[in-house]
Amino acid sequence: MMSTNTEQVTIEEKPAEEKPVAKPVAKPVAKPVAKPVAKPVELPAFEKNISDKIVEKFGDKIVVSFVKVNRVGINVDKENVHDVAKFIRDELNYDHVESVSGVDYPQDKEIEVVYHIGSYSDPSLASQLIVLATRAEREENPIPGKDATRLPTLRDIFYSVEFHEREVFEMFGVYFTGHPDNRRLLLPEDWADLPPLRKDFAIKGR
Amino acid sequence: MTNEFLPPGLALQKADERIMTLNVGPQHPGSGHMRIIVQIDGDYIVACDPDPGYVHRGEEKMAEYRNYITNIPHLERPVIHDSCNVLYPYVLGVEDLLGIEVPERAKYVRVICSELNRCIYTMYWLAIYGIFLGHSTMFMWPAGDRELLIDLMEKISGARVTHAHFVPGGVRNDLPPNFEEVCLRQVNYFEKRIREYAAVFYDNPILISRTQDTGVLSREDAIRLGVTGSVLRASGVDYDLRKKEPYDVYEELDVHSNVMKEGDSYARSKIPWLDMLESCNIIKQALEKMPKSGSVRVKLKPNPKGKGFNSVYKRVESGRGSLGCHIVSDGKVEPYRLKLSVGSFRNLIALPYLLKGEKLGNMPSVYWSLNYWPVEADR
Repeated sequence: MMSTNTEQVTIEEKPAEEKPVAKPVAKPVAKPVAKPVAKPVELPAFEKNISDKIVEKFGDKIVVSFVKVNRVGINVDKENVHDVAKFIRDELNYDHVESVSGVDYPQDKEIEVVYHIGSYSDPSLASQLIVLATRAEREENPIPGKDATRLPTLRDIFYSVEFHEREVFEMFGVYFTGHPDNRRLLLPEDWADLPPLRKDFAIKGR
Repeated sequence: MTNEFLPPGLALQKADERIMTLNVGPQHPGSGHMRIIVQIDGDYIVACDPDPGYVHRGEEKMAEYRNYITNIPHLERPVIHDSCNVLYPYVLGVEDLLGIEVPERAKYVRVICSELNRCIYTMYWLAIYGIFLGHSTMFMWPAGDRELLIDLMEKISGARVTHAHFVPGGVRNDLPPNFEEVCLRQVNYFEKRIREYAAVFYDNPILISRTQDTGVLSREDAIRLGVTGSVLRASGVDYDLRKKEPYDVYEELDVHSNVMKEGDSYARSKIPWLDMLESCNIIKQALEKMPKSGSVRVKLKPNPKGKGFNSVYKRVESGRGSLGCHIVSDGKVEPYRLKLSVGSFRNLIALPYLLKGEKLGNMPSVYWSLNYWPVEADR
């Protein structure tokens, strides 16, 4: 598309670990190394510092998906999401969740839940957001609340996720274990179809 | 069927002679398009369970079926009075995905439109707040005075509400000739006019006695509940995205964020009014600093698409607080997933918390002081 380059197209970690798997050709080592070398210059220092702290603590349990201006993306599996969130709150001074969005990936048989975590109490972090993403197993024929599509809740860490997680539960069928109030929020009471924001729920006529 | 999966309000309540369950809404004008299930003991609320969703339209699902340009008109429907601010994060996000640089003049036009819209929304909100408290003058005055600004927006975009004026790459049209002069005159008059509201409303002893010290949200709880916008700033947290994470040209403008420490309904109702005065100030600054001519729109190719799998989260300060847009793109012409994180939805969490122990008669003033817009919360 438009060829103007944004300053922050910096997804180092992902290509570095994906490339060798995708291309078992003659020189798989040279390319992944060459690419990150050209770009780290643009990495914003403050955000890099935050992601380094998380990497230092959790090592290979997490994957830093991106470091952009004001945004640090962390991918973590569901076993460790609770610990990482606790670390983000207690050690890094983040105190509330702005948004919880579900993203459905039928091709991977997974549903991703993305927490955007911000800070009110620490002025230096006011513009920063940590984008914490974790993935739940996805079932073809969902029975919301009773199938394997489950994640541990973060409500005991960030109180502000209460309604957001209820919304993700009804829209994607992800049951949050430990959430005190896993009821529907927006959908009608007699809704008996698939969770509507899943990709296999189609709008009529489209 | 167990109570666990029954919808709110249908679950069997434990019988108790003292506690009575009341459904406020969804048709009641005092609740907007939502239902608030309150349990009262005499005159005091012991528990409250908000039940939104009566105006849920599936904006996020619809967005997955339309391309980045045809998404514009329907995405502003959640808050038609504040339509520029609702589109703002979406447009910023798409620009980020496509890598577009917006012309300088367009950025100023956007700031002016967004501040005008903030005032239009807040005036409507204030009118409803007035009628909630039985103050008819405060219903009529804002409803009449917002026409001044609606006329301005009509001059800019051709529509009184739902302007669809922001597009990725700038704004749809340049300002009409002679606009700066008219705008300055109207905004000056508007500012003079809303200053008069203080005498009839904000300094009114009846309003003060009804709203002061009701529904107090402390600073710690405001942070813990993650509320936003005027509710947060009324509790003493200085957090305004126009200052904290300036987008477009807010960096070059002198923005003052209004903070009060009380955290009661009175503070929450006064902050939006102070914000309107600040908006007038910002509009005047922007009119002065705006480049007098130049392009206002970068033309895109038809059916723009992002590059591969990518996601972006942009947020702006809307009339109801921080408004975020999370766009996940998979390199097609439609967004793979679009999530709106809206201020109303985030402020709703404070309602059960604030109403507990409050008198039933204070419910409307506490509820509406949360700057809550049911249609936006449902999306």
